[in-house]
Amino acid sequence: MLGRLALTGAVLAIFAAPAFAQSFDDPKEFAKERELLSMKPEGPAGKPWEQHLGGGTVDTSKYKKAGAHKVCFSNAGVGNPWRVVGWTTMQAEVDIQKAAGKISQFTSADAEGKDDKQISDIKAMLSSGNCDILVVSPNTTAALTPAIEEACKKIPVITFDRGTNSNCPVVHILPIGGYAFGIVGAEFIAKHVPKGGKVIALRILPGVDVLETRWAAAKHIFEEKGIKVLGGEHNGDFTDGDRAKTKSIVADYLAKDGQIDGVWMDAGATTTAALEAFEDAGMKYPVINGEDQQDFLQAWKKNHLTAIAPTYSVYMWRTAIIAAVKVLDGETIPGPVWELPDLAITQDNLDKYVSDKLPPLHYAMCGCEGMPGYPERWGVKK
Amino acid sequence: MTTATTTTPLRFDPLRIVRRIHPAYVALIILLIVVAFYNPNFLTPMGIMAFLRRSAALCIVSLGQMFVLVTGGFDLSVGSLITLTVMGSALMINNDPTLTWSTIAIVYAIGIASGLFNGIVVSYLKVPSIIATLGALLSLKGIALAWSGGSPQGYLPDNFRMFGRVTLRDIPIIQVLPISVIILVVVVALCAWLFYGTTFGRLTLIIGDNPRAAELAGARVRLVRITAFLVSALAAVTSGILLGGFAGPAQDVGDGYDLQAIAANVLGGTQLLGGKGSVAGVIAGSLTLTALFTVLNLIGLPKPLRDAVQGAILIAAVAYSMRRQRWGQ
Repeated sequence: MLGRLALTGAVLAIFAAPAFAQSFDDPKEFAKERELLSMKPEGPAGKPWEQHLGGGTVDTSKYKKAGAHKVCFSNAGVGNPWRVVGWTTMQAEVDIQKAAGKISQFTSADAEGKDDKQISDIKAMLSSGNCDILVVSPNTTAALTPAIEEACKKIPVITFDRGTNSNCPVVHILPIGGYAFGIVGAEFIAKHVPKGGKVIALRILPGVDVLETRWAAAKHIFEEKGIKVLGGEHNGDFTDGDRAKTKSIVADYLAKDGQIDGVWMDAGATTTAALEAFEDAGMKYPVINGEDQQDFLQAWKKNHLTAIAPTYSVYMWRTAIIAAVKVLDGETIPGPVWELPDLAITQDNLDKYVSDKLPPLHYAMCGCEGMPGYPERWGVKK
Repeated sequence: MTTATTTTPLRFDPLRIVRRIHPAYVALIILLIVVAFYNPNFLTPMGIMAFLRRSAALCIVSLGQMFVLVTGGFDLSVGSLITLTVMGSALMINNDPTLTWSTIAIVYAIGIASGLFNGIVVSYLKVPSIIATLGALLSLKGIALAWSGGSPQGYLPDNFRMFGRVTLRDIPIIQVLPISVIILVVVVALCAWLFYGTTFGRLTLIIGDNPRAAELAGARVRLVRITAFLVSALAAVTSGILLGGFAGPAQDVGDGYDLQAIAANVLGGTQLLGGKGSVAGVIAGSLTLTALFTVLNLIGLPKPLRDAVQGAILIAAVAYSMRRQRWGQ
């Protein structure tokens, strides 16, 4: 027994040190994103995927090519529902551009979440000679940088979602970012929870930059408003994105602390599991933030929740293709960093996004309504 | 090995008494004290029932695994079968409560097919079970992902979810009674009867102890092995129904249950490579593992660390049970 405990302790000591050493809290970036949130987007109304927040423009006349274009896309993977919806949306946008005579050929490769595969995918695309432009959704930032710099020497490159450490791409497309997501959810909860109310924070796992920044921002907001989240370190609880574990954690809090007034989440996949713990305990629903997955939006509408859904917009997958066509047409585009607006779903616009026909993990902020094949292409049975 | 008749001289040896108590029970008691320390409500009927409910799925899948382990095999496919049960049920039912019972029948049929397949491959094609069921793990998970397109589709209606979710209230003495605890009790009774009360149960031990001798004595070794895999698969489907009921469809719901079921068995004194095991030990092992996870949650350990700790404990537990065998327990 003693030996086992000692062994456990040793394992903990080895793993715990690096896991918590890194800091993701950047006050400058936090302030910048907070400002971007209040900025009015420019661009065509009702089409957020073509809008942008401030920033400069890029003249792309040197990339101009006549006729229809050959577009290549290296995808990091489709390993989670967000990427599945994104990839479906991107293919629909390609169909639109093909019908308009703008794209003649679209080649794509799925790196299945592996850096080495993505690097060789990019090399194969470059040597095929079948690409007028390369769109990349990088798997990881540092590993993909050399491959993308190599590609930049031959053809124009566009990156979106995760970035690279190079400024050679013509444009990098991204939504405001992790801090913004955290700010929107935490401000809403802070506003609606009664003074001295109990709040818990549910996080997927530590050490992932986008999730860490979401939490860092929420923590700032909670500190500003004098809210201390429950739990030993006031640092939230880790759910591993597992529904059963989420439910167990929330049920434990409800058993230990009674009614919980607010639940902050760093991602939406297990929001409905957290809500179920309240149902099963026979307690009042908390003020909660989720994401734009349909299962949460449906639960929100059905149970009249006090809720908000900050989003990491899927429509950026559309924007990447639109930008590719514009670059090859030689149009001036927002850049070199194209900041897309991040729309939040609130009580006021909930009805616009909720649909009980779409699959539970469909992301409502896909900008895909009205695209060819909607909604069947996104998983709705006829 | 099953009837250990060692004659030991009568003398007082404290170390020997310590060694005689199975470590799973000691670990379980220590962990339960730690849980109670962190969560004072744990030692109430509600707290205990919530804990049993949380343990039910692991207990059931571990009991199934025990039948395979005591015959000298491994069943690594149970986690994938759990995932397939949950994802497949959600796809087939698609939120239509009238389809619940037929869907449950179909997922049990899938379980029977999977168990028979594992058993036949191991007994007739002579593929080592660790390889055969590793193959089944990949195939079943692949089927689940291909069928659903990689992310959960559809919902499970309330009459399906009730098995894992509903708790009966206002019960005398125990106050609350989750349906999953009732199912757990029934499964434990069935497994105890199968293991101790039937020829099949006794044969699993004999075959695990010495398959050649069992065969020469006229035991139908292949049939017993196939049945053991069948029991394991049916237990996994039952766990899947409870897990799907508890928290709804997810594509990673069964992940880790294969290793956890083996770990629970080892902790509970089941001998790897066969010949020894007990229903009470496996339950103690499963509860210990669940209590350990609860403690790791309460401390706030992230999953990678939990996996590391689980792996370390598995190795330590096997090493300890090997020592115990050498001590002649």
